[in-house]
Amino acid sequence: MKGFLLAVAVVAVLYAANAVFTGALGAGLAMSPYLLQVICLAGINIILAVSLNLINGFTGQFSIGHAGFMAIGAYTSAYVTVNFGDRVHSVLSFLPSAASDGALLLVALAAGALLAAIAGFFVGVPSLRLRGDYLAIVTLGFGEIIRVFILNIDAVGGARGFSGIPKIASFFWIYLFAALTIVVVYRIVHSSFGRTLIAIREDEIAAEAMGVDTTRSKVISFVVSSAMAGVGGGLFGHYLMYLHTNSFTFLKSIEIIIMIVIGGLGSITGSVLGAVLYITLTEGFREFAQYRMVLFSLMLVIIMIVRPQGILGHREFVSFLTRRRRLPAAPSAPLQS
Amino acid sequence: MRLRSLAWVAAAAMALPALGCGKGRTTDEILIGEYGSLTGGIATFGISTKNGSTMAFDEINSAGGILGKKFKLLVEDDQSKPEEAGTVVTKLINQNHVLAVIGQVASSHSLAAAPICQANNIPMVSPSSTNPRVTQVGDYIFRVCFIDPFQGAVMAKFATNTLKAKRVAILVDVRSDYSVGLQTFFREQFKQLGGQIVSEQSYSQGDSDFRAQLTQIKAINPDAIYVPGYYTEVGTIARQARELGIPSTVPLLGGDGWDSPKLWEIGGAALNGCYLSNHYSVDDPSPLVQKFVADYKARFKEVPDALAALGYDAAKILADAMSRAGSTDGAKVRDALAATKDFAGVTGKITINKDRNAIKPAVVLKVENGKFVYVETVTP
Amino acid sequence: MNTFLQQIVNGLSLGSIYALIALGYTMVYGVLRLINFAHGDVYMVGAYVGYYLSRKMAGREPSFVSAFIVMLGAMAACALLGLVIERLAYRPVRRASRLTLLITAIGVSLFLENGGQLVFGPDPKFFPSLAPHFDFLVADVRLTSEQTTVIGVSFLLMILLRLFIMKTRTGKAMRAVSFNLDAAKLMGISTDWIIAVTFALGSALAAAAGVLIGMQIPKIDPLMGIIYGLKAFVAAVLGGIGNVPGAVLGGLLIGISEVMVVGYLSSTYRDAIAFGILILVLLLRPQGILGRVQKEKV
Repeated sequence: MKGFLLAVAVVAVLYAANAVFTGALGAGLAMSPYLLQVICLAGINIILAVSLNLINGFTGQFSIGHAGFMAIGAYTSAYVTVNFGDRVHSVLSFLPSAASDGALLLVALAAGALLAAIAGFFVGVPSLRLRGDYLAIVTLGFGEIIRVFILNIDAVGGARGFSGIPKIASFFWIYLFAALTIVVVYRIVHSSFGRTLIAIREDEIAAEAMGVDTTRSKVISFVVSSAMAGVGGGLFGHYLMYLHTNSFTFLKSIEIIIMIVIGGLGSITGSVLGAVLYITLTEGFREFAQYRMVLFSLMLVIIMIVRPQGILGHREFVSFLTRRRRLPAAPSAPLQS
Repeated sequence: MRLRSLAWVAAAAMALPALGCGKGRTTDEILIGEYGSLTGGIATFGISTKNGSTMAFDEINSAGGILGKKFKLLVEDDQSKPEEAGTVVTKLINQNHVLAVIGQVASSHSLAAAPICQANNIPMVSPSSTNPRVTQVGDYIFRVCFIDPFQGAVMAKFATNTLKAKRVAILVDVRSDYSVGLQTFFREQFKQLGGQIVSEQSYSQGDSDFRAQLTQIKAINPDAIYVPGYYTEVGTIARQARELGIPSTVPLLGGDGWDSPKLWEIGGAALNGCYLSNHYSVDDPSPLVQKFVADYKARFKEVPDALAALGYDAAKILADAMSRAGSTDGAKVRDALAATKDFAGVTGKITINKDRNAIKPAVVLKVENGKFVYVETVTP
Repeated sequence: MNTFLQQIVNGLSLGSIYALIALGYTMVYGVLRLINFAHGDVYMVGAYVGYYLSRKMAGREPSFVSAFIVMLGAMAACALLGLVIERLAYRPVRRASRLTLLITAIGVSLFLENGGQLVFGPDPKFFPSLAPHFDFLVADVRLTSEQTTVIGVSFLLMILLRLFIMKTRTGKAMRAVSFNLDAAKLMGISTDWIIAVTFALGSALAAAAGVLIGMQIPKIDPLMGIIYGLKAFVAAVLGGIGNVPGAVLGGLLIGISEVMVVGYLSSTYRDAIAFGILILVLLLRPQGILGRVQKEKV
């Protein structure tokens, strides 16, 4: 009951904030569209970062293919709205247009998430038998293969890009799904299944010896994470109204990795922080565009040397304030394999 | 340890407000935004365009500006990423309050940014996005270059009529909408004129080995090879084609993507006798062109490519429309842009048609020892 | 038939490029168990150093001597770069988890790519011809002198490297470090020194590749290391990572299969084929063609 009330409160707050930001309650209160866009993109990045953290941070598997699943979600859901949007709208014509747009978005995102999850399954089953560096390279390869594959589908624009996507994702939807992603990952991590994942991260062989079906657990976490990346991609397409495969190169995957590495591998609040920090720095240093990526790469190396667990490490931001609710503490001495 | 982490967070929080502070509207300047790729894979295009438009606005300013005001150009980098184009244009419009937008070269980037300009009623002039769909986004979107169907058709006509080619092979860059567009329209027109496409091979931007495709093409022995790509790959393609023994009597044909001083540097003598369609020729004796070329050389120490010329024309046409409109109001500038007729630009006489595309001639150039030599003009 | 033979030759020539880069990969991996993501970018830097050096020597007739000097210069510069990278970035995290190492390597790679765009400029540069050029023509199958050089040099380097690792004292120490770092240290081997030498050597090899490939495909740009680096890595894995002849074999196989796919199917699958091969190899024979099975230790 408490959870339900909290959920209703979150939805209400987001809805109200959305109304204020977009100027529905008077233009004076509206936020600059640029700032709003940056905040929305940050929200999408939060979804991507938190979901990737489930694999990279909590399960300890290193994937560099997240952009591929994001692309699948983005293209699938855009395809759904562009081709079946009218049909959904006509069925739901009794609803106000905002509500039927919302319903359409939900249908589209569900389709995107489903396809991304299926792709995640087919990528995960063979590759998750591999470890460390190999897994990284294979996921990178799959990510690129997905991109090449989409590039050759004419129905979604191929090399021309996919345009004409309605702008039905808004601050409200993006942050609703960001909140949902955080809750889902939090629940997973704090369940017994989550302990399994963390056990795999800490020592895969020991976990296996304790009777954990490591491959199955890894594949499940991979599929869940891919589905969430698909949702992130769907929101991305419906917010920017245009998709091109060049937005989903492995550099995009690396961007997401930078976010979770900065924030902390294995910390949900850390990846939120990382995502926000990343977009703040990219937008804030726009004048120094050429130096941005140099700075980020340098930061990546320095963080790895000075504080390899990221700013928050395995801990959650809340624990700094309340000193309670710690995740199972990780050994501070790094493992050697 | 905890303190240090908190310090990080605090630093991040402090960085946030920096985003919020925008510059207000200034009254004595006309702010124009430009977005382009200044870093990343297609950075040279963005830099050339920027050079051209900067030069145009400086010229106008030193002549006193228009409407009693001077132009100020704000250039943003989209890092060769389409989704960044959307972000930077939102920033230019909402944060910097620019009154018009110039950009981009790559059609995929223009397509990402155009809906934003349209929604904000800000006129956007694309200097060199040749994909037809760019201006179909809405009535605030214009371009000063010809479109892919025209350019593809120009080369098809030239190949049939002047080169008397019957059997042509195509080598297309499948990752570029531009290249695929030219290929489609070339193929259509060439077949209509009675020619035959004997082989269609493909490559991807960034590749550097084309021997496999060229070996297949060589086996078919075509009269000419249409390579509608960018100079970054074309130079290497030409070189490898000749190395594989495709004789220099089989010319490579291409489009405006070839135009760069670098083309010759990369391809060298292998390019001799090849042809390309382009927006303008540096050898054009018209005083307008010669002055532009001389000024550009003096300022940037290189020969201006077509992208620089188009950037220059985009800026000039925008300024012309604003002065004719007598206002910088979006809707008025839009109407004035739409009414542009016979504007004498560096890239030819430009008339904007009802689809907001520029109607203007194309030139066919021949590569000869590092120079693009004028061959003929093809009018629409 | 001639077309097919020509395609084989094309494949060999492309494959020898991958092989050259893969040699450095396989060496560093063999000793450190680190995928040096930045290796492809060191190759890029090598090509640029070669470019600037040869501009300095402009005006001289292309000759094998000047080509050799440029190559040595680039190798020296990159050996230094490799040492600096190892000292500043990899050594501090050497004992950290594999993940930390990997992310550091990605960071270094991004740094070189973006730093390269800043220093060298983002536009492609043209690599001048350093050595005299001539074609070999056998039954209408063509091979340029540059291609022959690349193929020849990768075999030569393979043999030299193999001799170095097998016959010299340092090579023996390298093998010891690769076998067990701690035990090697206990035996009195200066592991820091050996790892530094490995990096210097690997980076010098990358630089040699940069110059040689620059002569064959004269367009160089700051991002060119990415895709060649990845393919070379796949080649190294295919041949058996850590195995020197394996790297060359893997490179040639990848090159030939790529050319066959592009020539007879479609170029769009070009990048997919390398990764497809990688996935298959890792699933069916993870130790690679010439590699030996290693037991996973706890």
